[in-house]
Amino acid sequence: MVGAFWCIVEDDRAGRPKKVTGEVLGEATRLARQLGGQVEAVWLTDKASEEGLKQLAEWGAARVWLLEDPALGPYRGEVWTPPLAELAAKYGVQAIFGAVTARQRELLARLAARLGVGLSADSVSFSVQDGKLVATRPVYAGKLLSKVTWSKPPWLATLRPNVFKPEDPKAGATPQVERPSVAIPQGTMTLAERKEEVSTGLPELTEADIVVSGGRGMKGPENFVILEELAKVIGAAVGASRAAVDAGWRPHRFQIGQTGRTISPKLYLGFGISGAIQHLAGMRTSKIIVAVNKDPEAPIFKIADYGIVGDLFEVVPLLAQEFKRLLEK
Amino acid sequence: MKILVPIKQVPDTATQVKIGADPKGIDTTGITWIVSPYDEYAVEEALRIKEKRGQGEVVAVTLGSERAKEALRSCLAMGADRALHLSDPAWENADTLTVARALAAVIKQEAPQLVLFGRQAIDDDMGAMPAQVAELLGWPCASWIMEETISDDGKSVRAGRQVEGALDIFNIPLPCVLSAQKGLNEPRYPTLKGIMGAKKKEIKDVKAADLGLAADGAQLLVVALEALPPRPPGRVIPGEPAEAVKELVRSLREDAKAI
Repeated sequence: MVGAFWCIVEDDRAGRPKKVTGEVLGEATRLARQLGGQVEAVWLTDKASEEGLKQLAEWGAARVWLLEDPALGPYRGEVWTPPLAELAAKYGVQAIFGAVTARQRELLARLAARLGVGLSADSVSFSVQDGKLVATRPVYAGKLLSKVTWSKPPWLATLRPNVFKPEDPKAGATPQVERPSVAIPQGTMTLAERKEEVSTGLPELTEADIVVSGGRGMKGPENFVILEELAKVIGAAVGASRAAVDAGWRPHRFQIGQTGRTISPKLYLGFGISGAIQHLAGMRTSKIIVAVNKDPEAPIFKIADYGIVGDLFEVVPLLAQEFKRLLEK
Repeated sequence: MKILVPIKQVPDTATQVKIGADPKGIDTTGITWIVSPYDEYAVEEALRIKEKRGQGEVVAVTLGSERAKEALRSCLAMGADRALHLSDPAWENADTLTVARALAAVIKQEAPQLVLFGRQAIDDDMGAMPAQVAELLGWPCASWIMEETISDDGKSVRAGRQVEGALDIFNIPLPCVLSAQKGLNEPRYPTLKGIMGAKKKEIKDVKAADLGLAADGAQLLVVALEALPPRPPGRVIPGEPAEAVKELVRSLREDAKAI
């Protein structure tokens, strides 16, 4: 019998699986149609919920392995890895997929080391060649793509958010929940404090469908307020180029590019960003790219779908106004 | 306190990387090589810990070709005390896990209290090494740290790890593995004295046999590198700002269906 595809659940730490888990389950479902095997979710948490389990079934998980234990919250790699590795070996799974998130990029790496298998981190597409899985992952910050395969299963991979599509939800599906008996270590590190970032009320950069981003052309930190106003109108996250971050105008966590975040939103709007190679690497896979820059020679125009050569301080407020008018219709 | 900092030599961020004659690798002609930027944060943090405690040793380690010695030399110029260069035919075509095993083995021999990585090397962007080494050693690990403080007794570290929407501050017993995120510190530039001094510092060659390791086959196999698919040609919308903006919003709605 062909082993299962396991998809590790990413949740909001309050019992609700995040959207990216639907994307991971969706891709696993499509691959399982070609490779065989059942698609199953694995949820390690200190707090699951009925709605969450139902959500996983609707996203296509034929079974949910639920490991619910106080030691599993908050995430600690040293605690999550051993039970997961034990179960994966016991049930002979074909693949283990996770999402590129703070927890799972670390978890899948530890798991690969413990199982002695390969990991394709930050995968952006998959194909099947001669009955074997092949993953494509950006390297050199997205300047090139690398096609990789595994010398033996289970095939471990993390999937970049916003790239893969969930399947159409199976309304009314009920989950088959398994609560396996497995030892969960207590761990040695302890969470002392969680410092929540001051909420901007805007979506998280890597998860957002729309991202507006500012560069050196913003001229100073105080001017980012016009991008925030635009972002509020269209429900976007606000990012920045390395130039803007290194100037101290925005915190590091908002940096897009080679030494920052890599994003793939449906719509990216860049203002006052010239398009240095290391920035383009971080946003090139956006579906639609809009660039506004004074300099008609700015490299960003070479990869933009739509460009306006002009003064961003004129364009941004007009754009906010026009989007508002459109969305109010 | 002994701190070990594994580093990697990578092409400079401004490099236009090209696929090599063997499509599994890049064309290395004309490339400027640097220490991976995240690794510099790790080296800097290790030096600060040593300086703050008034004693200790910072050991830089890399696995790679002869050229990678230059990267170790840069770390020595910043202030690392000595370096280890892991180089052996057994590690040719090594994948992440093979390198992790080699690093874990050298860490066992060196027995540092802390291992500080950069969050990822900016060539293969795998970002798996710190966690894999921690797993092989059976140590706790905190990835993407933005701040850290070693306890006065040197037995634990308080480290803030960047997660979505928050900074999780963990108390972690030593030894442990940490990986540095941008923002942890501002790396120093080597001084002339540092550069001169680095020439006299030891870079020790380490072979697989020194670590009791033999060649193990790669688990993740590169099939080929590929260029990015070209993006469809775009258009610059002409006209006065108000008109151009109207046309842009219309296009985004009706043609691109992006909003």
